[in-house]
Formats: sequence, structure tokens, C-alpha cells
Amino acid sequence: MKQLKVLSVPYLVWMVIFILVPIIMVAFFAFTNEDGSFTIKHISDVGQYANIFVHSIWLALIATVICLVLAYPIAFIISRMEKHRQGTMMMIVMLPMWMNFLLRTYAWMTLLGNNGIINHLLGMVGLGPYKLINTSGAVVLGMVYNYLPFMILPLYSVMAKIDKSVIEASRDLGCNSVNVLFRVIVPLSLPGITSGITMVFVPAISTFIISRMLGGGSNLLIGDLIEMQFLGNSYNPHLGAAISLVLMVIILVIMTVMNQFSPDDQVLI
Amino acid sequence: MKKKIFALVMISVMTLGMFGGCSSEEETAEEEEIVEQTLTVSDPDYYTRFKGKDISINVYNWGEYISTGADEGTLDVNTEFEKLTGIKVNYTNFATNEELYAKLKGGGASYDIVIPSDYMISKMIKEKLIQKLDFDNIPNFSYIMDNFRNMEYDPENEYSVPYTWGTVGIIYDETVVDINEEDIDWDLLWNEEYADQILMFDNPRDAFAIAEILLGYSLNTENPDELAAAAEKLKKQKKVVQGYVMDEIFDKMGAGDALIAPYYAGDALTIMEENDSLNFVVPKSGTNLFVDAMCIPKSSKQKEAAEMYINFMCEPDIAYANIDYICYSTPHSAAFDMLDDEVKNDPISYPDEELIANRTTVFVNLSDEANKTMQDLWTEMKSADDETTNKWLVPVFLIACLATIIIVLIRRHIKSKKDIF
Repeated sequence: MKQLKVLSVPYLVWMVIFILVPIIMVAFFAFTNEDGSFTIKHISDVGQYANIFVHSIWLALIATVICLVLAYPIAFIISRMEKHRQGTMMMIVMLPMWMNFLLRTYAWMTLLGNNGIINHLLGMVGLGPYKLINTSGAVVLGMVYNYLPFMILPLYSVMAKIDKSVIEASRDLGCNSVNVLFRVIVPLSLPGITSGITMVFVPAISTFIISRMLGGGSNLLIGDLIEMQFLGNSYNPHLGAAISLVLMVIILVIMTVMNQFSPDDQVLI
Repeated sequence: MKKKIFALVMISVMTLGMFGGCSSEEETAEEEEIVEQTLTVSDPDYYTRFKGKDISINVYNWGEYISTGADEGTLDVNTEFEKLTGIKVNYTNFATNEELYAKLKGGGASYDIVIPSDYMISKMIKEKLIQKLDFDNIPNFSYIMDNFRNMEYDPENEYSVPYTWGTVGIIYDETVVDINEEDIDWDLLWNEEYADQILMFDNPRDAFAIAEILLGYSLNTENPDELAAAAEKLKKQKKVVQGYVMDEIFDKMGAGDALIAPYYAGDALTIMEENDSLNFVVPKSGTNLFVDAMCIPKSSKQKEAAEMYINFMCEPDIAYANIDYICYSTPHSAAFDMLDDEVKNDPISYPDEELIANRTTVFVNLSDEANKTMQDLWTEMKSADDETTNKWLVPVFLIACLATIIIVLIRRHIKSKKDIF
């Protein structure tokens, strides 16, 4: 056992240098002034951006729910297929991710544009043009599109492990389809649901490039706000760090709440 | 400014033609034989000083802001420099002045050449991020036109060598926007008739400048009331604006997704090559004139080699190759003389003296306080939709956090008790 522990040293070193130290630095920046003295001014300044926080959480929440609703059935269907077809299906799910993230989002810009392909097609049947791009809806669409595979993957890997005989047994014992779903499949796939939600919600809440490209810059999200502090007109890494810290706390709280729903032995954080 | 953040994406998405020459050269090149541009430098000995010393310099420039030899017959500037001097060039791009500033201020990176704009240069001088140049090593500075020396951002002209300049104006679809060119003013960007067809700069300095011109303030105002009024003006614009963008102006205007946008003259010329129905005009009430200039950061370890690079960039052949490729206006007299007459007389690239003297202003750096005010107003303006600034939100959130922690703790407590049995 001792020898095995040695194997974890490389990762521990990695974790300390690239995860622990940066988090401490973020916290340090958030609580200091330009001259290095302690202050809580930046943290309290974050309060004035409360509506941006609410907006981001709301959009990320909608995107997560849509992802879950879309991904759950498809993950189940794939997990019930024959083994060799499962591989193919998963590859199809993963396929868009082989392409660059920016490029995929950029493609949506041309699809949704006022003279874009969608409005063009609608125009052919006498509809529109609708304002599709630069709306909150477009931002949610971008999030769903980009993060959907992150929802399908954990759901699928959990569901693939659900033995067919468990479902058959519940049927034998008189469960109807609805009961099979809610009393057998959903409880067994809970770990997949929670990790899927985490993997979609966390990047969605902190994204900035999706809202920049599809939101037209008027749908500010937290990510945009943080980016503005580091690369924007006012260079204020201290405020940026404070916003990041608050965001981290919010995510932590939300994740804690969510973990109350999952079986205790599979708590994520 | 310039083709920024999405330059990379655009390159992959669009065809090469997009970034082709902006002059009439492209058409003539097809008919005539391609004239290979050759390079002659004034003093070849000067450039061989570092040969064989195996040194390299880091150049940090705007995207698409140097001749790369992509068009047939043009010079690949960095390769030519390496060939001539034996100095290796590590060339990277930045997207905004602020990004450049953050990189230098952060101190992690070491660059030998940077090309910021006017106001950023004065800010960097003030904060001692760039160093004085030794003009003995830059004899080609003599080519820089007199009116681009000793600019307000660098009054003694000790820190910078101008690279390009240009004006900000409005690019619009003249087939739809039915207004005389002379009558166009910045209020076109507020015109409700074209609601949802208007793009706006996603950068507070440029956006505020437009509002300030309309309100008759100085572009360099630091008066908080004037800044607040400008923000108010921008807020009113929000309902007609399709999106706040920078480089996307390039393809949105090119594709006809929007009708009106403010833009930089050089880039506007490149789009107009692609889309005939577009026109560019400098509004009658004036505009911002920007100058991008080459500087050497304090952290540079190869100052002399960097000065050699600056001197090389001011070689007439090189300056011409660059300006021909990027379509901005040049402060370099010899390069200007080499341009086609058509370009020289183009009022967009080279507006007449009267316009420059009376209707343009160069940005200077604002005080930290004014910058902060502007940034805060800008953020407020951008997030103004949900005007219900919820003062109770933060306390409610804190209470919710506390409640959650308590509930979790109680749950754990109950669980641990159960486990005993």
C-alpha cells in the first residue's frame, strides 16, 4: 500500500502547484489592494454586479435543465443498444467535440444571423426574419450545444452499468413503465445525473466567449465581467479575483445543495 | 482596434481573398504579370551586427498587422528580417490595447517590440512600462512625416516610432441607408429607423468617444458628469443596437447582417473590397484619429536588436509592403510616395489636411480615476436591461448560504446518530 501511495506523488505535486497555489493567489488578490494591503472593498464591490450573477445563474440553470432533458433519454437508449452500436453512437455524440470550440460557436453566428441560413430558410416559406442572434436564447442555445456531450457521457457510463435483469426484475414484481423509470432507473443513475449537472453547469456559468459571440455583448455574464477586469478597459485584477472568488463560493454552495440528493457514498465534493 | 480576437477563426472560416490587397492591385495583378517586390535596404552593414550571435526577439503586434507574403509577390517581412540579420523573430498577436497592457503589467512575458496605440503609449510611459529609444540606432526615423512626430502621447518623441494611423468612421450599406454622405453624423448610430441593424464598438474607450462627440465634449474628457451623460447617451442607443462587437463587424457588415457600424478606416476599406454596397464616411462632427506606434518594453533584453527591427520596419520597401497589405494609412513618407495615386488620393485613407486638423482628435491617456469611472459606467450600461438593481439580493444570498450550511450540518448530524444503531 505504501508503494502505491508513492504513485500519487506526481499528481499531488501537480495539484499543489497548479490548483492549490493559484486558488490561494486568487484569494490573496481578492483581499488586497494595489499596494498589497488588506481590504474587503473588492469583495463588497462585487455586490453591485448582483444582477449579472443572477442572470448568469439563470441562463446556466436553463441550459443545464435542457441538457438533462435532452441527454437523459438518449443516454438510456444508447445504453440499451447492442455493444458494438453503443460505441458508434458514442462516437457520434463526441464527434462535434473534435472540432474547435470557438469554431463551433462561430458557426452558430452565421446560422443565427439576420441574414443567416435559418432566417434565409424561414424566408423561403414566408416567415421571419426573426431576431435570433444577440438574445439570451441564443446564449442558452450555445451553452446547450457546446456542453451537451458532457451531460450525455456521465449519464451513459452510469446507465451502461445498470443490469438488464434489474429492470426485468422490477417488471416481474409489477412495476409499470413509469415506476421502472422513477423507482429503478433514476435512482440508479443519480450519480451520473449529479456529475452531468456539475459538468454542464459549472462551465456554463463561467463562460464568456459564448455570450460574447452569440449574446452580442449585451448579455453580460459573470465570465465577461471577470474578463473585463483582466483584459478590459480597466485593468483591475483585484476586483476580477474577488468576482472569481464569489463565483467559486456560489458554485460550491449550489453543488453542496445538489449533493444532498445523491447517495452519500457518492458525494462529489 | 483592427482585426482582433477572432482573426484566427476568420482565417479558417473565410477564404484568403478576404485579406487580399486593399488597393486596386488585386485586379491589376490578375491582368498583368505579378511584379515581385524586391527588398533593398539603405545600409546593409548595419543589419549584420548580430549575425551568427544566435539571438531572438519577441514581437507582439495586432493580428493581421504585418505583411506576411500571403499575397503573391509581396514580402514576408519577418522572414526577410531573419534572412538579413540572422536574428530570429518570435511573432505573436494581441487583440486589444488592454490585453497588451495586462501582459506587460503582469510582468510574466518578455517582449522586445510592442505596437500599442496612442493613449496606451502615454499610459505606458507614465507607468514606466516602455523605455526610451536610441534614435541613433533608428536612422530610418527620418522617413517619418513631420506631423506624426512629437505627438501628444509622446511629446518629445522619445519612446515610439509611428507605424500606422487612421480614423474612425461609419461604414454603412448605401443601398439601404438613404442619407447624403455629407449629412451623415454619429447620430445615425442612434437612428430608430434602422433598429437592430446597427453594430456598436464593444470597447468603452471607443464607444464613449462616439457619444462624447455627439454631445460636444472632448474625446479626452475626465469630467465625471460628462462621462455620465455619455453613458446615458449610450444607454439610449441600446434598444437599436443589434450587438456590441469588435472584429465581428468585419464579417457582419461583409455578409449584410447589419447595415451600420462604426469602424476603423483601414479595415473598412478591406470590407468594401468584398461588398460593393458598403460605403465609409467620417462623420461631419469629427472623429478620433489613432496612431499605432512601435515601442520597446522596459523588460526587453535585446534592446539593440529591437531597435534594429524598428529601423527595418521603417525601410521604405518594408513600410510599403506592410501598408499595402494592411490597408491602414502610413506616416512613412517614402512608403507613401510608393503607393498608387489612387490610394494616395483616397479620402478615406488619406483625408485632407483640413479634416485632420479641425475634425479629428487623438486619444490621450485618462487618469486612473476617469478610466475607472468609464469602466463602471460601461458595465452598468451593458447590464442595464435588468434595471431592478436588487439591493436585497446579496443579503438574501448570504442568508441562503447560511441556511444551506445549517441544513446540511443538521442532516449529517441526524445521519450520524442513525448510524450508531
